[in-house]
This record gives sequence, structure tokens and C-alpha cells, in this order.
Amino acid sequence: MTSAQDDAPAGSPLTGDVAGQAVRAQNGTPLLEVRDLTVHHGQLRALDHVSLRVFPGEVYAIIGANGAGKSTLLRTISGLHRATEGSVLFDGKDLTGVRPERRATQGIVMVPEGRRLFGSLTVEENLKVGATYARQGQWTIERVYELFGWMRDRRRQLTAQLSGGEQQSVAIGRALVANPRVLLFDELSLGLAPVVVQRIYAMLPQILATGLTILLVEQDVSQALRVASHIQCLLEGRTTLEGRPADVTPEQVEAAYFGLSSAPAGQTGDEALWTGSTTSSRGS
Amino acid sequence: MDWVNDVIQGILTGGLYALFACGLSLMFGVMKVVNLAHGDLAVVGGYVALGVIAITHVPVLWSFLIVVPIMAVLGYGLQRTLIQAALDRSVLTTLLVTFGLSVVIENALLQFVNADSHSLGVNNSIITASFSLGSQIQIAYLLLLILAVAVVLLLGLQYFLSASKYGRLIRAVADDKEAAQLSGVDYRHVFGIAAAIAVGSVGLAGIAQGLYSQFAPTTGTDTILLFAFAAVVIGGLGSLWGTLVGGIVLGVAQEIGSQINASDGFLAGYIVFLAVLILRPQGLVARGAQS
Repeated sequence: MTSAQDDAPAGSPLTGDVAGQAVRAQNGTPLLEVRDLTVHHGQLRALDHVSLRVFPGEVYAIIGANGAGKSTLLRTISGLHRATEGSVLFDGKDLTGVRPERRATQGIVMVPEGRRLFGSLTVEENLKVGATYARQGQWTIERVYELFGWMRDRRRQLTAQLSGGEQQSVAIGRALVANPRVLLFDELSLGLAPVVVQRIYAMLPQILATGLTILLVEQDVSQALRVASHIQCLLEGRTTLEGRPADVTPEQVEAAYFGLSSAPAGQTGDEALWTGSTTSSRGS
Repeated sequence: MDWVNDVIQGILTGGLYALFACGLSLMFGVMKVVNLAHGDLAVVGGYVALGVIAITHVPVLWSFLIVVPIMAVLGYGLQRTLIQAALDRSVLTTLLVTFGLSVVIENALLQFVNADSHSLGVNNSIITASFSLGSQIQIAYLLLLILAVAVVLLLGLQYFLSASKYGRLIRAVADDKEAAQLSGVDYRHVFGIAAAIAVGSVGLAGIAQGLYSQFAPTTGTDTILLFAFAAVVIGGLGSLWGTLVGGIVLGVAQEIGSQINASDGFLAGYIVFLAVLILRPQGLVARGAQS
């Protein structure tokens, strides 16, 4: 337990970070792009003209409080929600009207919030379902068993018999065997003990090393800042902050997260300023 | 000795009821669709068998080789069009749509065939023959055959669901179709396959009904659907082996009921059905080898 905890925050996630930045700097075309996305839940506007660009090899983290629209954003990218306005582009192709299963087979695979394993299937069967329509790639069920050492011995168990962290690992494995190009993580840490969360996040470098790109949604801001190469904060469906973790101060994150105008007077409405400045710095 | 005979006859009839119930249970277990046109589809299966036998002159017992694939294609088509469209709206809509389908099928049969009753294989000796067990018990080959078919069907389905790729996908989609989509599974197609299996088995039920007694356009709702429902509820909704248990319990209850009073057979069956609903609403075999 302790060793796992010790491993986790150590340099490894940072290598992912640095690698991501390097890629971002040298590669001009985003793998996944969201343009001016607006999504409604009935009357409620869950997302309001949100844009983002995820470059290959990045760990892109969306942070924000409950109800900020983070999960809606991921669910819209994976096709489970329909956008009212705006578009999602994958590898330059517009995905509007493309069904979730087609997006998955094209390489956008989500680990959904709450894990959503197939409860009447065994661990191995869950992985097999994930692999049924997999793209070509290096992830196989064997490889997942190597990544999560305990899994092979318990592959014949029903997933209900697993702990929360183990279930989350199976959910990640199920997504990996599809050989995604972009892996979407929706609230990996939800309902899990901090130690377990650390251990799961400690796997990210190994996953990234196989050439994946990760877009994750996380309520735990410090966790997101630790692993991400780029963060974007949502508040009530709008982007309030965007940038590299190294470039944002805790105060800015706090203000963007809670929507507090803790910043000095005269700087309210600076969400546009923040978004604008980071975007322009990126463009150069 | 009468009682032993009742139980044995009840078990044999239970095979027929299990055959009726299997498709209904599968459709509910996978798609959460209560298919009110289930019985009418069985009757359609009976008429298809009549037609197939008239045209190709296949022996009646082998007609299923043609009827089942036809019914399976029909099931896939119905699921991908009408039932899926209803499911996209709400699960309740499927009740209305399948009820409507039931009415349409019945009236179409009255319109284009006629209201006469039909049987299959009237002059076939296997169908009417029986053998004796002791002095009191007569066992009809046909009912034994139907029971065997029901058991083989359930075993086959069980194996298919647990060991094949599509069986696994069917179980996954029944658990969580959205999560399945995220793994690249087109759940509509998987639903279609489940419906093909269900309606294919309904074709078998239609043939069995035609062999055992007779069918007319209204037999679907007034006999087959009712017995299928009773068997499914007694056994446990969505449970595969529950349909066999339910069918047998229903059959035995009916036999014992008619032993007490010749006209009370069906009544006894429905009393058991109600008792199960009240005392054990999840059914006798709750979520066992379910789909």
C-alpha cells in the first residue's frame, strides 16, 4: 500500500507532462477539437460555447465543480449527448451525427463515470466485450493483465465482487483493449480512496507510453494539476481558465473553480482575459 | 396413481409452455420489451409452417428447419424497425406498439387467411402415438418430444449466451447498453440478434401448438400469450431456466386442478400464477441463469 502511494506522486506523471508539452509545442494539428460547443439538458444549458484542442500525447484535464458541465462535455465528445450548437472534430473530421459506437471504433473511447461495468459478466468477459470491435494496436487482454497484476488470477470473477478501485481498473482495461487514440476518463477518482486514486493515476505514464492521448475530467484539482499537461476549468458550462499547470497559480484556479472574484476589484470578467491570454500564447 | 399421472402429464405439458415462454422471457431480459404480439407471432409461425409444408412437402417435424429461419429474419426486422423505434421513445411505448402489432396480425390473418382452426401433421403416427408406463400412465410421444425440444433449446441458448461472442454481447447490452456503445458495440444490431433468436423460438412454439392441438388467428392472445406470461411470471422474469420451471409448475397445477374438477384446470393454473405474484413476485428462479 505504502509503496504504491510512494510511487505515485514521484516523477513519473511529470514525464508524461513534459512529453505532452513537447508534443504540443512541435505538433500543430490537434487530434481532438471541440468548437463552440453548446449542449442543453432540456431547458438547462449545460455547456455554453466551450472550445478545446487536444494534441497528440497530451494529458488534457478538465476541472470544475459539480454541475460545471465536465461530464456533459465528455459525453458529448463520445456521442452520448447531442450538441445544440458547435462541433466535435476528431483528426480533422467532423463527428456530428456519428453514433457513439462508431466514434469508439474510430478511436475515441471513454471510461464512463461510475465505471459502468457489465455486472453479470466476469472480468475477462468485460475485457472481451471491449476488445470485440477493437482497432488494431498494441493493447490486448494479455497486456492489460500485465498492467494490472492482480487481474489475471481473478479474471473469472464477476465484477460485483471487486473493490471500487479494482472495478475502475477493469473499466480502464476494457477501454484500453479497444486500442483508442484518445482515452476519455470521466471522474476516475469518484468514490475511491485517495490511495487507490494515486495508484490508478500512477498507471498513466505506462498508458501514455503506448502513444495514447488522454482527456480527463476530474473534480480533484490537485490530482488533475499533478498529471495534466494542460488544464481547462469549467464553471456553469463556460470556460473560466485554461493553461499549462505550471503557468497558473492556485489563486487563479480557485477563482476559476468557484467563480469567486477573489481577484482584485476591476478584474472581474477576467475569465475572458484568462482564456484569451492563454489561447494567444498557445497560438504563437 | 392418478396424482402421479397428473404430475407427469403436467411436466410434459410444461415443456410446451416453456417453449411458449422462452422468447417472451428473452425479449424482456435483454430489451426490457414486453412483447404483447408474442402469441400472435407464434400463430404466424404456425401458418408459415402450414405454407412451407404445402409448398415444399417437407415432413411436418422437419418444417422447423425452414420456419425458424424465416421467423428469425422476421424478428430481426421487427426489432430493427418497429420495436426499436418504440424503444427510442420509451419502454412504455413498446407496450402500445406491440399491442398494436398484435391487433394488426390477428386481423390480417382473419382478413387474408380465414378464421378456421388448423392443425399440423394430423395423420402423422408419431404425433398421436403414446406408450404406457405401468397400467395407468400414458405418455404421448409428441409431448415428450416437445419437452425435449424445450430443454435442448434452453441448453443451446444457455451455451450460446455464455460461450459465444454474440451471446456475450447480448448479456453486456442487457446490462448496460450505453456502456456497450462506448466499447464500440452497436446495441441495435445486438438487440436485433436477440429478437431473431426470440422470434425464431416463437416459430418453434407455433409448430408445437399446431402439432399438440390447433391454432386460429386468435389463439395467439387467448392461449399462447396468456400461458407464456403465466410461465414467465411463475419462473421469474428474464430468467431462462425459470421459463422451464414456470412452464412445468403451470402444467402441473392445471393437471391437478382438472383432476379435482374437470373444468378447473385453467383456474388452478392462474391461482398458482397469482400466488406467485403475491408471495414471490421475482419468480421461483430469481435471476439465476438469466440472459
